Amino acid sequence: MSSIGTGYDLSASTFSPDGRVFQVEYAMKAVENSSTAIGIRCKDGVVFGVEKLVLSKLYEQGSNKRIFNVDRHVGMAVAGLLADARSLSEVAREEASNFRSNYGHNIPLKHLSERVAMYVHAYTLYSAVRPFGCSFILGSYDQDDGPQLYMVDPSGISYGYWGCAIGKAKQAAKTEIEKLQMKDMTCRELVKEVAKIIYIVHDEVKDKAFELELSWVGEVTNGKHELVPKDVREEAEKYAKDSLEEEDDSDEENM
Amino acid sequence: MAACMSANRSENAFSANDLVPEWAQEEVSTGTTIMAVEFDGGVVIGADSRTTTGAYIANRVTDKLTPIHDHIFCCRSGSAADTQAVADAVTYQLGFHSIELDEPPLVQTAANLFKQMCYRYREELMAGIIVAGWDKRKGGQVYTVPMGGMIVRQPVSVGGSGSSYIYGFMDSNYKPGMTKEECLHFCTQALTLAMERDGSSGGVARLAAITEDGVERRVVLGNQLPKFSNV
Repeated sequence: MSSIGTGYDLSASTFSPDGRVFQVEYAMKAVENSSTAIGIRCKDGVVFGVEKLVLSKLYEQGSNKRIFNVDRHVGMAVAGLLADARSLSEVAREEASNFRSNYGHNIPLKHLSERVAMYVHAYTLYSAVRPFGCSFILGSYDQDDGPQLYMVDPSGISYGYWGCAIGKAKQAAKTEIEKLQMKDMTCRELVKEVAKIIYIVHDEVKDKAFELELSWVGEVTNGKHELVPKDVREEAEKYAKDSLEEEDDSDEENM
Repeated sequence: MAACMSANRSENAFSANDLVPEWAQEEVSTGTTIMAVEFDGGVVIGADSRTTTGAYIANRVTDKLTPIHDHIFCCRSGSAADTQAVADAVTYQLGFHSIELDEPPLVQTAANLFKQMCYRYREELMAGIIVAGWDKRKGGQVYTVPMGGMIVRQPVSVGGSGSSYIYGFMDSNYKPGMTKEECLHFCTQALTLAMERDGSSGGVARLAAITEDGVERRVVLGNQLPKFSNV
């Protein structure tokens, strides 16, 4: 799958003879090296789950968050270079804030993701800068538009989804997500499934310990994006661990 | 003498000019009566049609009901130039915003754009605007943006120099839950009363009803206005 773009891959301002911009593709590889993040949209909200790999026992629990609050009603889960993602979350926050200041209401998620995608795309045009090495999933809920889910990748495109996954186990996660009937589920049901998927796709052999970061936004939170409360989280993790034990032939990751 | 529409007019920046008579120094003003009423399914807006330069009526058939978008109008009072300029700017911004979002714009958005401009340039502008229209989210809405740049949503709102004379009529005759025709009748009566008493308001009564289906405009000519006094 990987190819060598000798000579044509030194800057984002160069096309290869077969019409590829290698710098953008390399940026996407950076995302694929990161641990998995998934977002799923259901009947009454959006749930995010991130597999946060713990590299050292000395890390404080809950630090280095990979899920950000962009606005009261918008959450962002990221995969890839975390520093790039943090800077983009600031960009998204400013966009949402300026929109509210100018127009007097919450920014529609489609518009926000297009604006941030436009910003990401701008960094794929010049040799003086490098593309952002992160993908992110934006999710929101409001009374009028209902739940919305969008994903932006380093090339600067944004897509709307019912469910999507980014990071190293995205293929396996996508397979699991496709099995769900998310349009008929509520957030409470979905939280457990999201936890289960993260546990399934986590590679015990290669990656040892991980922390599960779960957040949601929907009717259950009155339109506010927040980390899932402790009791819901524990219930979800228990469900995930129990399901794993039951399945002897859980589908293996890393196709 | 002065065709000013508000009691708290700010100090004139220009001092007396001996070369030009006083009436020629007067700003062109839409000393006015404007109003808007919400009903279930839309809004009714109304205005008189007099524009004055001092005591001279520069235009006796003015249209003060200006479209900002397909289902959003604004009623203009104050300086004719200021309100036209602001309305043009907001029309552009709202049109652009609507294309970006790929959706019809919200009345609240239009009203906020007016507010932003009227508040930022409050020292230079003399503009009292009522923004009214229909959108899919909240139906018919009326937002008033008086001089100074405040914004507040009201079920019924009056503005302009003639509005002082009809607050009593409005308070005693407005009922929530009126139909479109009742609102039109209410506006016609209110405008007539104001035009009768305010020297800066007069001419014809222009009305418009904005609903999901579009805009329906009406004109009530001077001789067709309701008669309140038998004299």
